[in-house]
Amino acid sequence: MDLFEYQGKELYKKYDIDTPTSIVVDSVEKIDCTSLNYPLVVKAQVQVGGRGKAGGIKLVSNEEELLSAANEIMGMDIKNHIVEKLLIEEASDIQEEYYISFTLDRSKKQYLMLLSSKGGMDIEKVAEENPDDVIKVYIAPSLGIEKSVVNEALLEARIPTEYHGDLEKMIFSLFNLFIDGDCDLVEVNPLAIVNEGKVLALDSKITLDMNALFRHEEYQKFEEDIPIPATEKVAKDKGLNFIKLDGDVGIIGNGAGLVMSTLDVVSSEGGSAANFLDIGGGAKSKTVSDALEVLQDDESVKSVLINIFGGITRCDLVAEGIVDATKGKSLPWKIVVRLDGTNAQEGRETLKANPHENIVVAENMKEAARLAVSI
Amino acid sequence: MSILIDENTKVVVQGLTGREGQFHGLRNRDYGTKVVAGTRPGKGGEEIEGIPIFNSVKEAISATGANTSLVFVPPSFAGEAILEAADAGCDLVVCITEGVPAKDEAKVYDEITTKFDTKLLGPNCPGLISPGKSNVGIMPHEITKSGKTGVVSRSGTLTYQAVHELSQINIGQSTCIGIGGDPVPGLSFIDILMLFEEDSETDSVVMIGEIGGTSEEEAAEFISSSMSKPVVAYIAGVTAPPGKKMGHAGAIVSGNKGTAKAKIDALSLAGATVVSDPTEIGIALRSLL
Repeated sequence: MDLFEYQGKELYKKYDIDTPTSIVVDSVEKIDCTSLNYPLVVKAQVQVGGRGKAGGIKLVSNEEELLSAANEIMGMDIKNHIVEKLLIEEASDIQEEYYISFTLDRSKKQYLMLLSSKGGMDIEKVAEENPDDVIKVYIAPSLGIEKSVVNEALLEARIPTEYHGDLEKMIFSLFNLFIDGDCDLVEVNPLAIVNEGKVLALDSKITLDMNALFRHEEYQKFEEDIPIPATEKVAKDKGLNFIKLDGDVGIIGNGAGLVMSTLDVVSSEGGSAANFLDIGGGAKSKTVSDALEVLQDDESVKSVLINIFGGITRCDLVAEGIVDATKGKSLPWKIVVRLDGTNAQEGRETLKANPHENIVVAENMKEAARLAVSI
Repeated sequence: MSILIDENTKVVVQGLTGREGQFHGLRNRDYGTKVVAGTRPGKGGEEIEGIPIFNSVKEAISATGANTSLVFVPPSFAGEAILEAADAGCDLVVCITEGVPAKDEAKVYDEITTKFDTKLLGPNCPGLISPGKSNVGIMPHEITKSGKTGVVSRSGTLTYQAVHELSQINIGQSTCIGIGGDPVPGLSFIDILMLFEEDSETDSVVMIGEIGGTSEEEAAEFISSSMSKPVVAYIAGVTAPPGKKMGHAGAIVSGNKGTAKAKIDALSLAGATVVSDPTEIGIALRSLL
């Protein structure tokens, strides 16, 4: 789960990572900056890059400018993300901008620290054009990070030695957050040196590993504060893995791999999927009727393809779910059903015994996709 | 022959007393797998349908000679369970548990590869089956057929789909293995391809990958340099929306790797036959045999 900048900075506080003094508001009326010293920066809270270029970050030097900037940014549409919260923080007198991140290198199966003295807007370009300017440090998960390794990285990044002491402390705090906080990513860009050589984390990009929620109950609050699109909310409440897409063939399948593959086969038959909907392993008949209900709310759907390969999931129960959800009802579209694997024969018989004018049973995945596209 | 498991494999199920562990443990035994023990701390001395329960894997091994562990414990205990099995001397640990934190997986991988000779499959995988010999995991054995094609996959249901396609046209399997799609799986594509290449009774391989990570690209390098047996590959996710980007760090680390196109190109270049539709896997393989 990706956190908003302000949420990331809340976590920073817990790990003694210094950031500018700030407040967060969800309406312009609630702005009370008596605790802050001008100049201030008003920052749109959106989970998409490029907000600065889109006008979502403004520097203000008095209350009048602040309110005007806040009014302008609140509600702004940045690449289809509507700004609903503002982070207002004290502007920093930036001397140097560095870059640091911790993540997992899946290929090496080790943690990876990236450090660069050339932080700021174009870090990806720096990495591409001058790869030596981005220092890579691999960290064995069972050992952690050594002080000497950090010092070496700071030297290699050609960061002035006068900042090493504070940066070292910061790096260890960020690593602690990465490990103890079960983060998939901790990225600070820029990690700034401000006046008097103080080290501040000016931005935060944090991705939490939600598999670790059981040891971080406080993360639930973050989750609640992250808005999800209305189309995906119904599915989420029903415990279904649903992503809205641009096409018109509604897809229901079991297992992420099979659903992804179904999207591909629909595409190769000349169609385009309206969604990704994975009912997971071991789905019962209720799960299937829930999934059909989710698709009924989507007006872009013109036909539905149910593609099930029974493993733990039993095709007879899937068929029961389809019958339960559709019996005696008129359907807004045709449903093409493909069942294979565990109890597929029983499932097909259930559908045969309860015919519906809008339900078609297909022999295999390819035929199912062809039918769903051509209807 | 088969790889990793065979008719002599003796399985201890960690978490046999739980709902999933019991269901699949007994299902595996019904198939003919030698499920010789279960563990559950504090429940030693009990039994489940004739299978003795022990307090620890160590006790289970010394009493029954188990050499393989099948892990069904909840995600918060999975890491410890895997290491317990490795420490007790299991040759192979198969972890089915879904939802294990990435940090636990990374630590377990690090420890198991540096301190033990144990092989780990998973976590978050469907396990493996050697048709006619042994089923260790949750794969539906009904769709399998004994033969000489090795199947390795990152996805669960897509594995079943591929195996089904093969069996339908009478191509049997030596071993079918799901390595799981988590960030830090134990055995990788390369590990499994290596075993299939060495196995005298496997004559061809089906490999199923999906978008994300770079393990398919790495497998392609191995296929190109070290595989003599024909490989048919399928990559799911050509039309999937681009996944979430891991900040700048993700872009810096993986560059253009990880997309379906990068994987398909790498595998084709390595000499694998890449099909664009999972239903074509069987026919493509037949044409190579």
